[in-house]
Amino acid sequence: MSSFSARVKRVINDNELHIALSRATAQLRSSRSASLSSLENADLIRDMARRAKLNILHDLDEHLLKFEQRLIDNGVQVHWAEKGTDACEIVIKIAQKHRIKKVLKSKSMVTEEIHLNDALIKTGLNVVETDLGEYIVQLADDRPSHIITPIIHMTREKVGEIMHRSLNVPYTNDIPKLARYAREELRKEFLNADMGITGANFGVVETGTICLVTNEGNGRMVTTLPKIHIVLMGLEKLVPTLADLDLMLKILARSATGQKLTSYTTLIHGPGDREDSVSPEEVHVILLDNGRTSILGSEQAEILGCIRCGACLNVCPVYKSIGGHAYGDVYAGPIGSIVTPGLKGLAEWKDLPFASTLCYACNEVCPVRLDIPEMLLSLRKKIIREEKIPLGLKLGMKGFGIITSHPKLYKIMRKISSLFLSLISKDGWIKSFPTKWWIPTGFLNGWTQVRDFKIPARKSFQDMWIERKKSHE
Amino acid sequence: MIKKPQKIQLFHTCLVNEFYPEAGMSVVNILEYLGIEVDVPLGQTCCGQPAFNTGFQKETKKAARHTIELLSNTEGPIVIPSGSCTDMITHQYPLLFQGDTAFLPEVKAVIKRCYEFTQFLVDVLGVTSLGARLNAKVAYHPSCHLVRGVGIIKQPVSLLENIKDLEITVFEEQDECCGFGGTFSAKHPEISGSIMHKKIKDIELSEADMVVSCDMGCLMHLEGGLHRKGSSIKVKHIAQVLEAGLK
Repeated sequence: MSSFSARVKRVINDNELHIALSRATAQLRSSRSASLSSLENADLIRDMARRAKLNILHDLDEHLLKFEQRLIDNGVQVHWAEKGTDACEIVIKIAQKHRIKKVLKSKSMVTEEIHLNDALIKTGLNVVETDLGEYIVQLADDRPSHIITPIIHMTREKVGEIMHRSLNVPYTNDIPKLARYAREELRKEFLNADMGITGANFGVVETGTICLVTNEGNGRMVTTLPKIHIVLMGLEKLVPTLADLDLMLKILARSATGQKLTSYTTLIHGPGDREDSVSPEEVHVILLDNGRTSILGSEQAEILGCIRCGACLNVCPVYKSIGGHAYGDVYAGPIGSIVTPGLKGLAEWKDLPFASTLCYACNEVCPVRLDIPEMLLSLRKKIIREEKIPLGLKLGMKGFGIITSHPKLYKIMRKISSLFLSLISKDGWIKSFPTKWWIPTGFLNGWTQVRDFKIPARKSFQDMWIERKKSHE
Repeated sequence: MIKKPQKIQLFHTCLVNEFYPEAGMSVVNILEYLGIEVDVPLGQTCCGQPAFNTGFQKETKKAARHTIELLSNTEGPIVIPSGSCTDMITHQYPLLFQGDTAFLPEVKAVIKRCYEFTQFLVDVLGVTSLGARLNAKVAYHPSCHLVRGVGIIKQPVSLLENIKDLEITVFEEQDECCGFGGTFSAKHPEISGSIMHKKIKDIELSEADMVVSCDMGCLMHLEGGLHRKGSSIKVKHIAQVLEAGLK
């Protein structure tokens, strides 16, 4: 895969992307703050939700076993998957056993994470995404770039073109019309599918309930019309009780889209046992690890408390500049920079924790108050400790430690460096640094790539201070 | 409010010392104008943020230990003309020395004495108006670590509002990061630059003739961007505009 900086270079001047992102994130941000400010005791609810999530993580093994038992009691078939490929195998086996041809999906990040669609299509299954955004992603053979709004990177004009091309409908950029085209296509699919696959927003330990929140109603169709329903969920998705679920629901939609609740909140308790039941004949739950337990044992365990609202993406200046795809994997933005290295290993993903200005905006909006900046910092420390880093950086930082703890040396270095900088400057500014190998300005080349460098003042503050004191004496 | 102190220690920060000494002198002038004696511990260097944000724990600790030891040997409130350095010292130092039972009490004792400059003026001295006068249109940049790190939101604004003839301009997404991010600015120049250009555009649209902030880091980055564009917009530390027109 391409490097992070190569991916950034590809998008950093993409005006259409910037327009799409700034339009959508601005809207999401203002809806979020309006709806949270109308929630009474919002701070308290956020604190309580945080505690519920952290309690689960503290005794995750026990909670998982209890949850499994409740699911079995409810008639659900439970599967455990260590890796993504294991989960795909399980789904394929169920599909083969029932001679399934068509699979419907509602929006699920975890299925993106394990590339379930590719695996199913390879075995000859017909897979249809039914969330409008994901449906367009599928039509365009693209990837989602945001947890909540998968095609946030597309303008409506682009969506119009995609639909026109793939569905043979007249071009329009009118959103209700576009939605109608999709609905007409999807209706046909709903009526002839025999298996539905969803993720889970929450799993309630006390009752063995699966909770799904959706806005388009497609989640309901996927979980009721086909005779088999498979839920794929990460191990961390649990909440202890229905009362805790209530806390989560109060803050999830508000943080994500600014709604009080999503249009549909679906609680699933297992297969239907009556003839008039709308539930499927079989319900399967696959509990997926895929790296989560290794995060649980790390300094970033708290990130498993994330309820995937996407609020941190919408406020992140870096996300808004580069969009989701540049992060290189399914989880983008501040949380992606912690989750992706955690799930997939730091060595390949060590650029992500540095892709942040540490502006604390994520920290401020996180509904469960995850300390995202602190986790990014702890990952940075881990990278410096354990991974290969450029020798120049290592030596430079060693020098920093020595110089900043020896004031006399600091003053000497100041004199030398400001003399050097003034020699290569013009009118007090440097537009670019000489790139000779023996000149140690590697770091500053990055600075002058986008802005001019102001050279140090001729007299430092301390020089001025000392002079002033002398003249007053 | 605590009793008005007679004397403070100025932790001037490395950026003020090296690049913006005039901002440091404005801080001194204002404090002296208010009848407070200023002392500058001459052994100070840098709070350690460049190493800290890059993940170099050991090197950060060297700078931090030096800073704490130096400040421990002084008395009275410590005034810091930077939200970012205040955040580093007051929030990150305790985490840095977590478990170091011998040193941590010393760290905490120093932290208790630390104030960001506008926080000191407004919350400790109870001053919101200095009687300054400046005919200018000012875009105020509420820096991230000042606002979301230390929680200082109203203090700088109330100080600016009380400057005669000064107009505070309104611009979009004012509380959003300027893209500086310390070493991030040089490690990811494309991203940092993209965020910066947006910030500069918003400031220009507000027709401001200067950008004012409590952090020289953000301002050095913005000034570099403005200079490259050939813009006439100036950058100033809040102390520099508060000093304008004082006798």
